[in-house]
Amino acid sequence: MDLNAIISGSPQQTSLVTTGLFYLFAIMAGGSALGVVASRNIVRTAVCLLFTLLGVGGLYFLLDAEFLAAVQLVVYAGGTLILIVFGVMLTNKSAFVKFEAKLIEVIIAMTMAIILFGALVVGILNTKFASQAMTQGTDGYPILKLGQALLGDYLVPFELASVLLLVVMIGAAYLAKGRRERSHT
Amino acid sequence: MIGLQHYLILGALLFASGVMTILVKRNAIGILMGVELVLNAANVNLVAFNRFSHGGTAAQPLLDGQIFAMFVIVLAAAEAAVALAIFLNFYNNFATIDVEKAQNLKG
Repeated sequence: MDLNAIISGSPQQTSLVTTGLFYLFAIMAGGSALGVVASRNIVRTAVCLLFTLLGVGGLYFLLDAEFLAAVQLVVYAGGTLILIVFGVMLTNKSAFVKFEAKLIEVIIAMTMAIILFGALVVGILNTKFASQAMTQGTDGYPILKLGQALLGDYLVPFELASVLLLVVMIGAAYLAKGRRERSHT
Repeated sequence: MIGLQHYLILGALLFASGVMTILVKRNAIGILMGVELVLNAANVNLVAFNRFSHGGTAAQPLLDGQIFAMFVIVLAAAEAAVALAIFLNFYNNFATIDVEKAQNLKG
C-alpha cells in the first residue's frame, strides 16, 4: 500500500505530508533516543525507549514496510519492552535507585559518541549513493512476497531462527530459575 | 523531498545514542536498552537501503533488507530474554544490578 493511495491529493501535497510525517517520526525517535541517554531514572529511560521504538515503527511505515512496522510495534514495543520493564521491576528494591557514572567517564563517553556521530554524518554526506529518490512503490501489500521469500530463499535462516527461539526459551527459563530450585534440595 | 541520507543520518544518531548509553549507564538493564537502540539503528539503515535500492519491479519487489530487519528483531528479542535471565541471576547472587559490582572474575 502506497502512501499516495491513502492521501488523495496532488503529488505536491502528498510530498508535503510525507516530509512532515518523516520529520515527526524522526524527531520522536531521535529526541527519545537522546532522552534514553540523558535520563537518570531507569523507568523514564524505558519510557523514552518506547517512544524511540514507536518512532522507528512509523518510519518503517513511511518506507513502505507495513508488515515490519506492525512487527516492530507488536514484538518490540509490546514484547521486548515489557520484558525489560519487568526486569527493571524485579531487579530494583526501589524503582528510583540510580547508579551514577563518574563525571570524567561521562565526558569521555560523550566525546566518543559525538566523534562517532560526526564521522558517520560526514561519511554519509560525502558518499554518492546510486539513487537519491525513492524507487517505484510496490503494488499492494508485499506481505505475500515476504512470506514466499521467508519460506523460499530464506528457509534455512527461518528454521534456524525457530530453533534459536526454542534454545533461548529453555535457556532463559533454566538461567532464571534453575539455581534457586537446586539450592532448596 | 526526503532522501536516503535523511534516514541514514537518523540511523547514525540512534547508533551514537546507543553507544553512549552503553558507555554511560551503570545499570545493566540500561546497557541492554542501549543495545536495543543500536539494533534499531541498524534496522533503520537496512529498511531504508532496501526501499531506495533499484532492481525490484512492482511484481517482484526487493525485500532482502526487510527480511534482514525481521531477523534482527527476532535476535533482539532472544537476546533480551537471555540477558534479563542473566541479570536476574546476578541480582539474586549480588543483590544489586550495578555492573561495577560484577568483578568476581577480575584477577
